[in-house]
Amino acid sequence: MVPVSGRRRVVPRWVRRTVGPVALVVLWQVLSATGVLEGDILASPGTIAATAGDLVSDGTLPSAMLVSLQRVAVGLVLGGVAGVVLALVSGLSRLGEDLVDATVQMLRSIPWVGVIPLFIIWLGIGEAPKIALISLGVAFHLYLNVYAGIRGVDAQLVEAGTSLGLSRWGLIRHVVLPGALPGAMTGLRYSLATAWLALVFGEQVNADDGLGFLMNQAREFFRTDVIVVCLVVYAILGLIADFLVRTLERLLLQWRPTFTGQ
Amino acid sequence: MATDVHGSVTDEEEEIGAVGLRKEQRAVRAASGAAVQVDGLVRAFGGRAVLDELQLDIQTGEFVALLGRSGCGKSTLLKVLAGLDRDIEGEVLVPRRKAVAFQAPRLMPWKRVWRNVLLGLPGRPERDTAVRALEEVGLGHRVDAWPKTLSGGEAQRASLARALVREPDLLLLDEPFGALDALTRIKAQQLVAELWQERGCAVLLVTHDVEEALLLADRALVMEDGRIAYETTVDLPRPREISDPGFGALRARLLERLGVAGAQSTAPAHSPADSSTDRAAEAA
Repeated sequence: MVPVSGRRRVVPRWVRRTVGPVALVVLWQVLSATGVLEGDILASPGTIAATAGDLVSDGTLPSAMLVSLQRVAVGLVLGGVAGVVLALVSGLSRLGEDLVDATVQMLRSIPWVGVIPLFIIWLGIGEAPKIALISLGVAFHLYLNVYAGIRGVDAQLVEAGTSLGLSRWGLIRHVVLPGALPGAMTGLRYSLATAWLALVFGEQVNADDGLGFLMNQAREFFRTDVIVVCLVVYAILGLIADFLVRTLERLLLQWRPTFTGQ
Repeated sequence: MATDVHGSVTDEEEEIGAVGLRKEQRAVRAASGAAVQVDGLVRAFGGRAVLDELQLDIQTGEFVALLGRSGCGKSTLLKVLAGLDRDIEGEVLVPRRKAVAFQAPRLMPWKRVWRNVLLGLPGRPERDTAVRALEEVGLGHRVDAWPKTLSGGEAQRASLARALVREPDLLLLDEPFGALDALTRIKAQQLVAELWQERGCAVLLVTHDVEEALLLADRALVMEDGRIAYETTVDLPRPREISDPGFGALRARLLERLGVAGAQSTAPAHSPADSSTDRAAEAA
């Protein structure tokens, strides 16, 4: 006879999951300390941590982060407004679809990173081309997801709304837009990821401040520690952005049957 | 009672009341006490007439069940009466106040139950209005729930409350019990019978369950090839029981009209117990 509930008490899952990354960092530190991994190739974790402390305490990193965050925020707002407005135009009317959708789908096939040279020629090397690049990436993602969200709204619900006497505007407000919200949130998440990517690309181009500038400068002096610090900061900012969108989803989409975030 | 006209409507955008009867004709019909008057209704999909010169009258306060095999056009007729399909020829006269409950509850998942009930009501309806309607269908305790948390029966009752809160003169039910399990279905049928007796609105129940039709309706219609091919009044005392002697005979006749083979020879001999097992089988 075997007890059905006989689960052995083992090490908690989160501890097991932490083992891998910690082991990697320890290995890295050991390789650096023994001289196998040279500082010019990759700085040791200890050095990186110390550099991070210095960069924060002398104010270099916070001010660079602020500049980069500002670029993302402005690009996100501009691209977001453009993407959502275009999606509404083509999602809510046939005429809009014919005019807008084909054009957007055509432009979408251009790799957006590839337009950097054009943006530099058109907009110079200041803030404008960086923000334009971020806006472009954001706008496409939001457009596609919001448009698909609108067109994916259950026709049966629209019919029910009509039978309840909703006007066209009432249908849009109470049925179509709420129905498109899950798609819009997916789009927001994708577009945030794209915004960070666009920021990294954009800041490689003649930046005189921001995280990208810090990285470029570090490259000139083989400061791999500074480069890694910047990469970690990019990663952390990306994680925070993702967390914010997830929180937003939890607030706005609690009605969803598939929602499991409680 | 019958105030709304739409007929010969070929343009989808055209408003109700555009074409059809002349004013004086309308007045005569309105005085006759009919809730629904349909004359020569044709609805074609790609050249095939799903509704073909259909005639139908429903009196004020009458409960009519519409039977028919799947694909016979009964749901199409319901959509026309609900004003959801305007691409028709012929004359259709329905009350301005009408409401539909569909086979699926079709609640907006992003609105709490009480907001679903009030959706589309003119003006700024109070929450209390919704609460009263929900209490009427026995859902007073789920007023603030999200639709996803309702059981199938609860969701269907919420959908019924949403229809009734409009105080319709015509209630259109499109197989509203079709997706419910056998026990929940019996309860829901009883609820509809009670609500109808309180409200006194005309009801058109689209169903393929003969016993459901006989339990609820004053009159049962059988639809075939886009027309009403057969009709019978259901003259049984209420509240109705499947064990009623008249029930089996009517059931057999309707099943025969619906083309269910062997129904006539076996059905009259049925004991009540047999009928109820059949009933469950039909539901499945």
